[in-house]
Amino acid sequence: MAVVVAVLRHLAPLGPRLTRIPPHACAGGRLLQHRRGLHLSSPAAIQVTVRDALNQALDEELERDERVFLLGEEVAQYDGAYKISRGLWKKYGDKRVIDTPISEMGFAGIAVGAAMAGLRPVCEFMTFNFSMQAIDQVINSAAKTCYMSAGLIGVPIVFRGPNGASAGVAAQHSQCFAAWYGHCPGLKVVSPWSAEDAKGLLKAAIRDDNPVVMLENELLYGVPFELSEQAQSKDFIIPIGKAKIERQGTHITLVSHSRLVGHCMETASVLAKEGVECEVINMRTIRPMDIEAVEASIVKTNHLITVEGGWPQFGVGAEICARIMEGPAFNYLDAPAVRVTSTDVPMPYAKNLEDNSMPQVKDIIFAVKKVLNI
Amino acid sequence: MRKMLLAVLSRVLQTPAAAAAAGKTGAVSEASRVMVASRNYADFANEATFEMKKCDLHRLEEGPSTTAVMTREEGLQYYKTMQTIRRMELKADQLYKQKIIRGFCHLYDGQEACCVGIEAAIKPTDHVITAYRAHGFTYTRGVPVREILTELTGRKGGCAKGKGGSMHMYTKNFYGGNGIVGAQVPLGAGIALACKYFGKNEICLTLYGDGAANQGQIFETFNMAALWKLPCIFICENNRYGMGTSVERAAASTDYYRRGDFIPGLRVDGMDVLCVREATKFAAEHCRSGKGPIVMELQTYRYHGHSMSDPGISYRTREEIQEVRSKSDPITLLKDRMVNNNLASIEELKDIDVAVRKEIEEAAQFATTDPEPPLEELCQHIYFNEPPFEVRGPNQWISYKSTS
Repeated sequence: MAVVVAVLRHLAPLGPRLTRIPPHACAGGRLLQHRRGLHLSSPAAIQVTVRDALNQALDEELERDERVFLLGEEVAQYDGAYKISRGLWKKYGDKRVIDTPISEMGFAGIAVGAAMAGLRPVCEFMTFNFSMQAIDQVINSAAKTCYMSAGLIGVPIVFRGPNGASAGVAAQHSQCFAAWYGHCPGLKVVSPWSAEDAKGLLKAAIRDDNPVVMLENELLYGVPFELSEQAQSKDFIIPIGKAKIERQGTHITLVSHSRLVGHCMETASVLAKEGVECEVINMRTIRPMDIEAVEASIVKTNHLITVEGGWPQFGVGAEICARIMEGPAFNYLDAPAVRVTSTDVPMPYAKNLEDNSMPQVKDIIFAVKKVLNI
Repeated sequence: MRKMLLAVLSRVLQTPAAAAAAGKTGAVSEASRVMVASRNYADFANEATFEMKKCDLHRLEEGPSTTAVMTREEGLQYYKTMQTIRRMELKADQLYKQKIIRGFCHLYDGQEACCVGIEAAIKPTDHVITAYRAHGFTYTRGVPVREILTELTGRKGGCAKGKGGSMHMYTKNFYGGNGIVGAQVPLGAGIALACKYFGKNEICLTLYGDGAANQGQIFETFNMAALWKLPCIFICENNRYGMGTSVERAAASTDYYRRGDFIPGLRVDGMDVLCVREATKFAAEHCRSGKGPIVMELQTYRYHGHSMSDPGISYRTREEIQEVRSKSDPITLLKDRMVNNNLASIEELKDIDVAVRKEIEEAAQFATTDPEPPLEELCQHIYFNEPPFEVRGPNQWISYKSTS
């Protein structure tokens, strides 16, 4: 069953773009379907793109709590640079959906101040590359204030936007910030893969009383995923700090986050034909990290590969490996843990160079075979 | 009248005993001293009107009034508050030199009229945020001296339980205490956005220094505050030096009240508590009436160097410091005004000084004897409203439990 779903998810990105489902039309029967007949899952499940899942999450949370508001460049009248906030300004107006000038440091600071004073802002960075302009406000103003004030002042803010590699946007627009933000106590950092992740984590982030950095991925926005009936509910939350096993396996554990979970799933289905069963863990949260899920998996499979879109040095994979070494799971490893990461280079433009600067499925397969010595 | 005489007589009858105990003689001089101190309210004026320096205006047709009425009660309160801040800062200086206070310590003595004048013009429900020279505002916003000094000495009775230190003190409607120069300005505009959003007619006063005034994020904030008409008073406390760099060496334009460009501004004598009060009232009215933000430059001075590690004389002369002390000290200015206009007597103000010193001494005594926070506090308050979780210590075998 999981295999079927996994295969379908694998097929989905390769197929034609799905027609987007309007945000209000998710419950009940009148839904646009694609490859419906191949589904063996519950009939109430639907296909939703990550973009629409995020849109639904924003819509539902804006409706639920009037202190929630959205600000960022082009979020209102442009419907969002990547159309994540489509329709929201029309529905909620200027007070709740605010277009800002190109002033990241300024508007990020304004958002943090608003959170300190009792609002619940969702601050969009058009990409996380631009968050570097504002990173002082994220770290020094948002992350540390609860601690410095000994719990007097909370900062219930969400910083969200696309992170990591896109397609052909080159060096200054392709960096992954998971390790940077994941480094800092006081922040929570989430990194969704599927539509369910996107919706559940964004809603959890907005309802969380702490600063949450949500690292989305532009290439995932248009990808449809199955959204279960439970996930369609207006109160569907994914707890921050819990990983998900996307595919059960016995021979090796592949741990990943964001877009590369998809690469791992593809790796798993290719290798399954050769009799190698990979367990794929979707981290969902970078900080606080669910290392227990990885440990439990290693106890079962005895082999570990981490897969990420960021650079190798001081990356998410490095942290996972270090923690595994320090913990009980080390004794269950039959081989050293291995990392698959982006090439240690600023992102080039030419397609062939770009393809080789990021992990490809073949690189993960190669690593699996190395680790398993096959 | 008879009551007053009786009161004096009873005092005179008491004093010989006290005088004998103190070893003093001269009941007559004692009596006359007592007589002066027993003057009741009928001998002082209830209020007086004062002339103030006119404020320079930018994009404003009219400015605050150049006259202000101050009641005796207000004057005594301003005096006591400024004196408390003065003595508290000097005590912090002393404790720092004894190495009981560590790290950063940026003192506010000389600038007392700013925070006291501002607080006199706003409501407790308004919001204030400032930079790191924050002890004065921490006090005027309601944190007791004892909790401020104890925070400085890093003990558990501090207003941030010893976890914030000099630059990170907070209380209701006071958002610190911010260590990164200029970062508090966008925060303040965000607080003002929340004020407008909630619609309760509150405003936010966002302070920064002449050094911070050259930060880009301040101009980004000016732009958004003006566009969205945020009820924010941007206040530049211009004490002439950003650390060791004088304003002439740091700013192509030292007219800080004009640097909001499209935002109206006024330049205010920051050594005169009444001038600050009237200007702040004017600015607050501007914001509350929905006209959007306004900039206020307070011309003030700090006696200490930038921080306790700066003697403060390599970039300015002792003569300059002395001149400000003798001609423009805010507490002396207020004292002279009150005495010359029969709002208070010198003795009465001296009594206040004595009471203030006593309060500071007691607070310092507490601050130096209170224990440091317990080790369990190390990992508390990382998150807000969060179920307990484990925090890694210096190695994998040491971990702490964090509860919010």
